[in-house]
Amino acid sequence: MLKVEVYRYNPDTDSKPSMKSYDLDTQGKDLMVLDVLEMLKDEDPSLTYRRSCREGVCGSDGMNINGKNGLACITPLSECVKGNKLVLRPLPGLPVIRDLIVDMSIFYAQYAKVEPYLQNNTPAPAIERLQSPEDRAKLDGLYECILCACCSTSCPSFWWNPEKFIGPAGLLQAYRFLADSRDTAENERLAKMDDPFSVFRCHGIQNCVAVCPKGLNPTRAIGHIRNMLLQRAT
Amino acid sequence: MVTAVTNLGRSGVYDWLIQRVTAVVLTLYTFFIVGFILSNSPLDYATWEELFSQFWVRIFSLLALVSLAAHAWIGLWVVLTDYVTTLTMGSKGTAIRLFLQVVLGVVTVAYTVWGIEILWGL
Repeated sequence: MLKVEVYRYNPDTDSKPSMKSYDLDTQGKDLMVLDVLEMLKDEDPSLTYRRSCREGVCGSDGMNINGKNGLACITPLSECVKGNKLVLRPLPGLPVIRDLIVDMSIFYAQYAKVEPYLQNNTPAPAIERLQSPEDRAKLDGLYECILCACCSTSCPSFWWNPEKFIGPAGLLQAYRFLADSRDTAENERLAKMDDPFSVFRCHGIQNCVAVCPKGLNPTRAIGHIRNMLLQRAT
Repeated sequence: MVTAVTNLGRSGVYDWLIQRVTAVVLTLYTFFIVGFILSNSPLDYATWEELFSQFWVRIFSLLALVSLAAHAWIGLWVVLTDYVTTLTMGSKGTAIRLFLQVVLGVVTVAYTVWGIEILWGL
């Protein structure tokens, strides 16, 4: 039997959050964490969490699994369970709406801040803006982000200053547009980030790199932004 | 753009660069002083006095002192704005942080002036 502890909180009925224990027979199968949650929900329909695609594409079921942020749907028990115990908590640092569901407003606000869309002030071509295969390759490792928030909510700098530090997810996207050959707003983008918080609150501890379910490297992207800021300012 | 007026250089790049440059100065100075002490042991007052009677040693020491002041200000400013905020301490956070920043500033300036007095007031 797998012992599962789940963070439970219903603001309508509970005065404070608590951990609820379940015993689950996995029949020896190496299930995904999301499968475990589905089985628990059959048993206890009040258990609440977000999910959608169940294959690591939508980014809905980011949560703290045995102390490490990850997507429940692509994290097998064999990868996270130690001592036959599974502890599930909501993503750290964000307000909890209910059980494993967090309020991601501040995370999205930081994403919006980096203006995550192409900006180009040259006349639009007749068909489309072309990009060489080499320039396109510069976006690899950046565009794949699914905004699951596993990285930003594992970052202490984001915990302490979620309103001022853009966070690894937002900064990865900031660099995705800074690196795009079709974008002409480089200077304006950089000007908005040259303060002691937006970029520079990153101290390079690489929690973001350790948890990213897509294997991306926000710390490296932040390093590129810092170099661009340095180049612009010196 | 997040506004900040209590950090050293008003700009993130400036603070970042100063932090790195001062770290290099402090590393070199530490090696220099520790190396001198180790290669002159047992150290007596005459040797120590002779070292600091040299102009370049006093310049190097002053450089290290100013670097320490800047490095400490930037570093501790980051620590205070992480841990002493309204998020961690409620509505009093800003007042407490500002008070600590003033204390930090006074201490930093006082030590720097005192250090200059020691180095050049011989």
